[in-house]
Amino acid sequence: MELLAFGKTGWGDELFYATLMTLAVSVTAMLIGFFFALIFTPLKLSKNKFLNLIGNCYTTVIRGVPELLVIYLFFFGGSGAIMYVASIFGYFEYIEINAFITGSFAIGIISGAYSTEVFRGAIQSIDRGQFEASKVLGIKKHIQFYKVVLPQMLRLAIPNLSNVWQITLKDTSLISVTGLVEIMRQSYIAAGSTRDPLFFYSFAAVLYLLLTYLSMKFINKLEVKYSRGY
Amino acid sequence: MINSFPKLLSATLITLKLLSASLFFGLFIGLLFAILRMNKNPIINKFAYGYSYVFRGTPLLVQIFIIYFGLGQIEYLRSTMLWVILKEPYWCAIIAFALNTGAYTSEILRSAFQTIKPGFIEAGKSLGISNKIIFYKIQIPIAIRQSLPAYGNEIILMLKGTSLASTVTLMDLTGVAKYIISTTFKPIEVFIVAGSIYLFMTFLVHSTIKYLERKFSY
Repeated sequence: MELLAFGKTGWGDELFYATLMTLAVSVTAMLIGFFFALIFTPLKLSKNKFLNLIGNCYTTVIRGVPELLVIYLFFFGGSGAIMYVASIFGYFEYIEINAFITGSFAIGIISGAYSTEVFRGAIQSIDRGQFEASKVLGIKKHIQFYKVVLPQMLRLAIPNLSNVWQITLKDTSLISVTGLVEIMRQSYIAAGSTRDPLFFYSFAAVLYLLLTYLSMKFINKLEVKYSRGY
Repeated sequence: MINSFPKLLSATLITLKLLSASLFFGLFIGLLFAILRMNKNPIINKFAYGYSYVFRGTPLLVQIFIIYFGLGQIEYLRSTMLWVILKEPYWCAIIAFALNTGAYTSEILRSAFQTIKPGFIEAGKSLGISNKIIFYKIQIPIAIRQSLPAYGNEIILMLKGTSLASTVTLMDLTGVAKYIISTTFKPIEVFIVAGSIYLFMTFLVHSTIKYLERKFSY
């Protein structure tokens, strides 16, 4: 138990901050994912064949390629790409992006592909009549989206989004390969310096279980809230 | 880009070996735990539920690390025959993958078994067919058909999961891709080649499952 003590003698506080880091990366990645979903869901639903193709390419490629490969692409290719863009604007210094940003961006793009599929499914399962009714009532396009489509879509999407959240949370363990100190990386460091990998990796597993368990509790509450009246 | 292709292709072989071995063992584990989940004894039932909850609630990376780095720490294990298997990263990866996919497979199979209409089983019983034969000839074929779409997704998830073998020094497709990226600093080209190989495999799995679904539909 002294291995988990807070302060200089144990790894308690380090692991606590690492857990917060995992949460921070997951939330950031999820939000970046929503942003991507916001762009690609309309493309996937669009009637234009070309836009449709772009949307399908995004979800197919990202969901068909291992997460680790995407992370390596961002980790090794990220700063190169930024430096290339910067060189166009006449900035030639070396730019290093921090691991948090590359990590959450990589996980965010992956999570976005799953969110896109969820939103597409949710919008498609809204009754056609709802769209027609709001059109007949002369409601403007953006108000129709916020007041008619969005509330119904969220209700249908929340159960599946909770799966996306779980996937995202578990995917963040992969960013440990880039050196960002989240649960996995901290356990790796602790296991290395105490030569007790069994304890620390098992403890990491417990932390992840705790995170998934608590977030499920929270999401269930949200689900109840959004399905009022059904 | 072209130079890296043969190396990546030979690494694909290791990925495929890992995938097929873990799916093979995972299917047995999944079937076993699905049957345990449907057991009426609450202790057995809870045990099976706990197994699938733990393996589905933690990242695959943690599971591999516990098995590869963690189990070697137990002195007792080092002296048994098991150590011959557990000191190899290849087998550790397969054990972790099989246990992980086993947990998901057990959930898929369980829900497939539960969606079988009770009428089918009752019909079998009223015809005087023994419970064993009802299970093998009625429940299993229907469950296979029911679980095909979900199991196809699981195969694709597992295919992507095998990439984690590269974290325990195995040179699978992702491992070799990373090695080439870190020596040549051409991340995008290597990503395109390795990614296409993965996509091609995903596509093959997807179309095979679609074909089987059509074949087994009733």
